[in-house]
Order: sequence, then C-alpha cells, then structure tokens
Amino acid sequence: MTKIFETPLYPYQRSNDQDASPTARHKVIIIGAGPVGLAAAIDLAQQGVPVLVLDDNDRVSFGSRAICFAKRPLEILDRLGCGEPMVSSGVVWDTGRVFVGEDEAYSFNLLTESGHKNPAFINLQQYTFEEKLIERVRALEAEGAPIELRGKNKVTALADNGDHVRLEVDTPEGSYLLEADWLIACDGANSPTRQMLGHDFKGRVFEDNFLIADVIMQADFPTERWFWFDPPFNPGQSALLHKQPDNVWRIDFQIGQDIDRDEELKPENIKRRLRAMLGDDAKFELEWTSIYTFQCRRMERFRYGRTLFAGDAAHQVSPFGARGANSGLQDTDNLAWKLKLVLEGKAEEALLDSYSDERVYGAAENILNSTRSTDFITPKSKASMVFRDAVLALARVHEFARPLVNSGRLSVPCTHDGSALNGPDVAQLPRDTRPGAPMKDADTGAGWLLDKLGNRFQLIGFNIEVPAVLEVNGITIEGLNLPATDDLKARYLGDAGAAVYLLRPDQHVAARWLGYDGPAVRNALLNAIGKG
Amino acid sequence: MLNLKPNFDDTDGFYAALLGAHEGLSDAESEALNARLILILANHIGNERVLNAALEAAKP
Repeated sequence: MTKIFETPLYPYQRSNDQDASPTARHKVIIIGAGPVGLAAAIDLAQQGVPVLVLDDNDRVSFGSRAICFAKRPLEILDRLGCGEPMVSSGVVWDTGRVFVGEDEAYSFNLLTESGHKNPAFINLQQYTFEEKLIERVRALEAEGAPIELRGKNKVTALADNGDHVRLEVDTPEGSYLLEADWLIACDGANSPTRQMLGHDFKGRVFEDNFLIADVIMQADFPTERWFWFDPPFNPGQSALLHKQPDNVWRIDFQIGQDIDRDEELKPENIKRRLRAMLGDDAKFELEWTSIYTFQCRRMERFRYGRTLFAGDAAHQVSPFGARGANSGLQDTDNLAWKLKLVLEGKAEEALLDSYSDERVYGAAENILNSTRSTDFITPKSKASMVFRDAVLALARVHEFARPLVNSGRLSVPCTHDGSALNGPDVAQLPRDTRPGAPMKDADTGAGWLLDKLGNRFQLIGFNIEVPAVLEVNGITIEGLNLPATDDLKARYLGDAGAAVYLLRPDQHVAARWLGYDGPAVRNALLNAIGKG
Repeated sequence: MLNLKPNFDDTDGFYAALLGAHEGLSDAESEALNARLILILANHIGNERVLNAALEAAKP
C-alpha cells in the first residue's frame, strides 16, 4: 500500500512566474509547507491576503514526527476551518501516567474544566495533520481564495532589498527569480532561510540520544501518555508510549550519550528493544524509526527587516512538552492579522515587531519548561542525578514528591503578559482572561464561544449592551452582546455583574472594562494595532 | 521569613539523630539520604521566599 507520505500531493508544475519579465512580485511568500507554513498560508488566504507557498518537496512529512496537538492550536485550526476534521481523525486523550520502575508513581489529567469544544489533546501523525491542511488549501483554492502551493521549488538565495525580498528559486526546470513584499520563513529547525540571511540560533544542546520507533500493532494499552523512568525493559533510562490513529504507537527510548547510531538503527536491534518492552510474542511492524538529540534554542528576534520567522525555524524545544508544532501554530495565529493590517496600510510596519516581542515571550516560556523537563529526564551532573533519583524514590511513597516528577510539562496557551499591545485591565475580573490571554472557550447557551470569535476585532458585552458596529482608523469592530451563562460568568465576570472585552482577530484579549466607554475602546484598538 | 536564630526543640538530639541516620551508609547512600531529606523539608516549608533565602544562606 502506498503511504500518504509517499504520494506527491503538490507535484511540480511550471508557473508563469518562471517566464515573467520583469520579475513577478508577490505580497507574501511563505517558505515551507509543513504544519506552520500551511497554517500561515490558510490564515492569510482566508482573510483575502494573496499568498504563495514554496516547498522544496512535493509531499507531506515523512514519518509521524509531531503527534500531539493541544487544545489552543485546535481552537486556532477551528478558526482556520479545519479543526473538526483533525479532531475526528485524531486520538483524543487527557491523561498521562508516570511509572518509576514497574510502579505507577504519578498521573495527571489535563482537562481541568468542562465547557470547552475541543479536547485537551489529540494525537495525530504529522503527515495526516499536513494532509488535512492541504485539503483546506485546496478547498480555499476552489472558493477562489488567493493561495498557491508550489512543490519542488527550492529557495537557493535571498536578499532583503529594503522594500522587498528577492528570492532565487530552483526547480526541476531550472531556476527563476521572485520578489515578495514580505517573506515568512517556516522552513524548520535547520532553516536554510535563517542560514542564508546569517541570523543566530542560540541555546542549549542536550547530549542524550533518543530512539523513536513508531510501530503498527494491535494492542490494548489505554489512550494515555505513559512515561517510564528506569523501566525493567530499559534500565537506567526513560521510555514513552503513546497511541496514534490507525494502530500506530509512538515508542520512545532514551538510549544514552555515547552510542553507535548505525548499530542502534538496525531493525533487528530496534525489534530486540521492542520485544523487551512488549513481550516476546508481540506482533508489530516498524513504520518509522529515528534517533535524535534535543536542542532548546531560539532566534533573538523573529522579525528581521522584511522576513518573519515562525515555528521551528525561529525556536526549537525538546519534544517532552509537545511545545514544538503547537507553538508554531500560535506563531502564525499571532502574525497573520498583523501582516494583513500592514499590507492594507491600516497599521505601521512596527506592528510586526510586536509579533516578534509576543512570540519571543512565548518561545522563552516553552524553552524554560522544556529545558527543565529535559534536565529532569537526562540529569547533567552528579548532584542533579542524585536529586532526580531522590524525587523518584520519594514519589513511590509520598504524594508530595509526585508533582516534582517532570516527564514533560505539556503545552498550555500562552498569555502575552507585558505586551505593548495590551490595553487596560480590571483587577476584579478573572485573572485567566486578562489582556494578552487567549479567550477561554465556553458554552454560551447558543453555541461555543470561540466559534463566534476571530478574524476581526470584536467587542463583547457580557450582561451589558455594546454597539453593533464601531469604526476606528478604517477598522471595523463588531459588537456582540452575550447574556452571561454560568461558564461565561466564571471565565469572564468573576464577581462583577457585567464586563466589556475587546478582542483581537487572533481571539486574544486586548483590553477589558466593567462598562462601555467609547473613547476608551477607541484608544485600546489603536494601542492593539501599535498606534498607542 | 527564614529563621536563622536557634529553633530546635533539642539541638544536640537532632544532630545526633542526623548522624545516626547516616551511620553504616556508603557515601552514595548518604548522598541520596541527604537529597531525600532536603526535598522532604523543602516541601514542608513550601514558601518560595523562605526556600530561596535558605538556598542563599547555604551557598558556600
């Protein structure tokens, strides 16, 4: 059977741009058709911004790679019109268990409150995730949205000429030139764009090797994330087991620092490890295997002139918190509306620096969490090993030590505290929905809250009337009056009787008040587009 | 606030009990015992400011 990742989904086709004179100019070019590049393209195109995606390949990711997608990215995908197909294809989960030796030491549930449309997490192979995004690209094309995906188009040279970027692109039929008003680099951790433009990518490299084996098997493990420290089948090291759709299981073995890579990757050696874990009679087939080491690092800024970096190209983390692809999707969520306003001349280019500020903040948070997890899983010094082992020993007997066991702190939505775009706050209102935070979903009594939000500025009056339409600086603010249900009260009012929230097109809170004040809303809108 | 004044019910008794707990242990076992003890005491204190002040006071 031909696997989806062996099928060209966007084969090379000659473009008129290859014969154009003068060189064709595009508003936005995205380099990379992975999860982040495709999400950026969909976001821009569905808001009417013409976008061209270039990829050096012509098919989805080889192997499962990123598999855990968190609630906030699923909400973003809902806004992009492809969240529901992802969730219905994925394996929904919310529980993680940590074992020390053979005994369970700790478990956690990520779904801490009800009243959300999306689950805490789904597992879905990256190739399926990308396939669904490409389906969404095709649907937008069919509706006439300005989006184009070019396969086997490899960018080989770049120059920022101040008011545009010039690209040299290699194809099976030779090279051609392109120009872009704005370039978005989503070309992964080894980003050729970043290297061609000579930007730093600094941080920590971890020495331990991990072996990923994605296996196809019939097994009755529960739909939970299982993590072992020092299991009998991999003594002194860690291991992870996680379910994906179609009977594919992610198994991850820590294998230490000084290894013979070629030897470890031999199928007979991988199968020996798997039989030690699953039993001698286990029947399985290897789908994808890989050995990798971890890095936690980021660029200093995510905007340099006319180039914006997103996803792994801009920041890289160890995988234990599922903070890679999930943060990349939060990048494009943040970027698309800002780029649209700049292209329309409704905001200054400086608004794009707020993309860098807000997402550098998010990346730093992810790197902090991932570094702590990696330090726990792979202790670097004798003292850190002694404390790690003390935590594991205590966790077997004492409840207090269990939260110290760090097998990965899983991706949670980022709140952009301290962002210059944040407007006034009211301390009396619930802290979780303060300016900078993404809106929390809730049952409004007439559909899910987040299904009503996004892609434009909005003003919500909870238990208070706000104007249906406001016009500020050529930008329309849509008003929405919502009687507060119990969920809405808990998440947006606390003990206040009413409140007004101004929301950005990415569903993040810009400002909030206890009552409606027209000039205050106008000032907060201007502040949220960088004109404050 | 971190208390750096004498606070033991039985100063010499505690010191003897601490040494007694290490008696007969190898260096590695002693090191592991100390680590477990630090974690147990730190959790009992809990307060971030007190713990940070203690870390500071313990520095060489």
